[in-house]
Amino acid sequence: MIEFKNLHKRFGKLTVLDGLDLSIKKGGIFAILGPNGSGKTTLIKCLLGMVIPNAGDINFKSESVLKKWDYRNNLNYLPQIANFPPNLTVIELISMVKNLRPKKSKEQELIELFGLESFLNKKLGNLSGGTKQKVNIVLTFMFDSELIILDEPTTGLDPIALIHLKELIHKEKEKGKTILITTHIMSVVDELADEIVFLLDGKIYFKGSIDALKKQTENDNLEHAIANLISKQYA
Amino acid sequence: MLKILKYSFYDLMRSRWSYVYFIFYLLLGFVLLFLNNDVSKAVITLMNIIIVLTPLIGTIFGVMYYYNSKEFTELLLAQPINRNKIFMGQYIGISLSLTLSLVLGLGIPFMAYGLFKSAAIFDFSLLLVVGSFLNFIFVALSYNIALSTENKIKGFGYAILMWLFLAVIYDGIFLISLVFFNEYPLDKFSLLATMFNPIDLSRILILLKLDISALLGYTGAVFRKFFGTNVGMLLSMSVLVFWVILPVLRMNFKLRKKDF
Repeated sequence: MIEFKNLHKRFGKLTVLDGLDLSIKKGGIFAILGPNGSGKTTLIKCLLGMVIPNAGDINFKSESVLKKWDYRNNLNYLPQIANFPPNLTVIELISMVKNLRPKKSKEQELIELFGLESFLNKKLGNLSGGTKQKVNIVLTFMFDSELIILDEPTTGLDPIALIHLKELIHKEKEKGKTILITTHIMSVVDELADEIVFLLDGKIYFKGSIDALKKQTENDNLEHAIANLISKQYA
Repeated sequence: MLKILKYSFYDLMRSRWSYVYFIFYLLLGFVLLFLNNDVSKAVITLMNIIIVLTPLIGTIFGVMYYYNSKEFTELLLAQPINRNKIFMGQYIGISLSLTLSLVLGLGIPFMAYGLFKSAAIFDFSLLLVVGSFLNFIFVALSYNIALSTENKIKGFGYAILMWLFLAVIYDGIFLISLVFFNEYPLDKFSLLATMFNPIDLSRILILLKLDISALLGYTGAVFRKFFGTNVGMLLSMSVLVFWVILPVLRMNFKLRKKDF
């Protein structure tokens, strides 16, 4: 469904993506892992068309996405930092995003799930970080799209919201959606991910199932297995 | 694009600063009319204020809006919208709301004073047209600066410097060069130099219309001698249009390569 071909991206002198090749098939949950600054967010932003690669190509449903924008109607994105215009209320923001995407949405269900009813008429500037993240999640999951991209979805969530989020991700997976997640929380990866993509030095260092990773690093614990991969960068 | 424009416009109309700006012009209009007791005289005083102030406010609003709505812009960029349309919508939204503050803020006191019965109505409308042009020009210029500068503080600094340069320093350099090279024929040089500064250009445009020779100054006089009043006005107006189009084109060009 998604193919990155020989992707290069530099920011000034810093090379972030260095000839990255990756293909992701339709359906399932893919965890994109890697140490800080390994290019996870850059990779995702390239797919979204927010960062423009220096070289290489990206295909989504076997069509190049570079310089296009209408393909984004078929994907939902949860940004890492949720910062919304402070003058707007929650419900205004939701209706505005709905307005921008003429597509069926199920925000009511999600608002109830995360208990946001009492916040609907509050200004976004007055919400706490966790509540903003919940609004962020509602905005992401309210549309029915084939691809869902989550950049650090668990930031600031309380345990109940976290459980709801995991259920939500599971439900979407059962509908045959493709879900990309970046996170540093290994328990989330262990619980959710079907496959792991490990980024290091701007390339794919490992791609495969969790079991394959454990076998390769000869480690039973996922956290240690990942740490084992990361430590090679420092070696 | 219209959706983004509508949203930016509402967002700004709701912010405190649009009202402060509107009320400032409202007060200014009333005070000037009260002090001058004459519409035509008030128009001249107003010109001197508009020509310096609208560029400053346009510059500050443009840079502020860009940096403040950065995260939200990123949210929009992930939606199925062309990125040029997002920024054009924002740009037109800011420029329009500033123009509305200007037109309403000054229009109300002048209308209350009996503008429609006065002969100065065309001069006054020209003043508002030029003020609107300056809004569109300086918001575009400041958006250009903000797009090219990641650092907020630096971007703000550059934008203010640009305003200072065009509003004050440019004239200074221009005058010094006139004094320094006064043995050479400077007509063409000064004509060209005026074209490169939208603030000077606006001043000449209004003065040509007001027909006050004493205030025209050197460039204005050269302008009139060279083109006559009508051609001069038409020419300066079209150069102002270019001053809007060029920064907007550069904005669109810059956006093609910009990472967010």
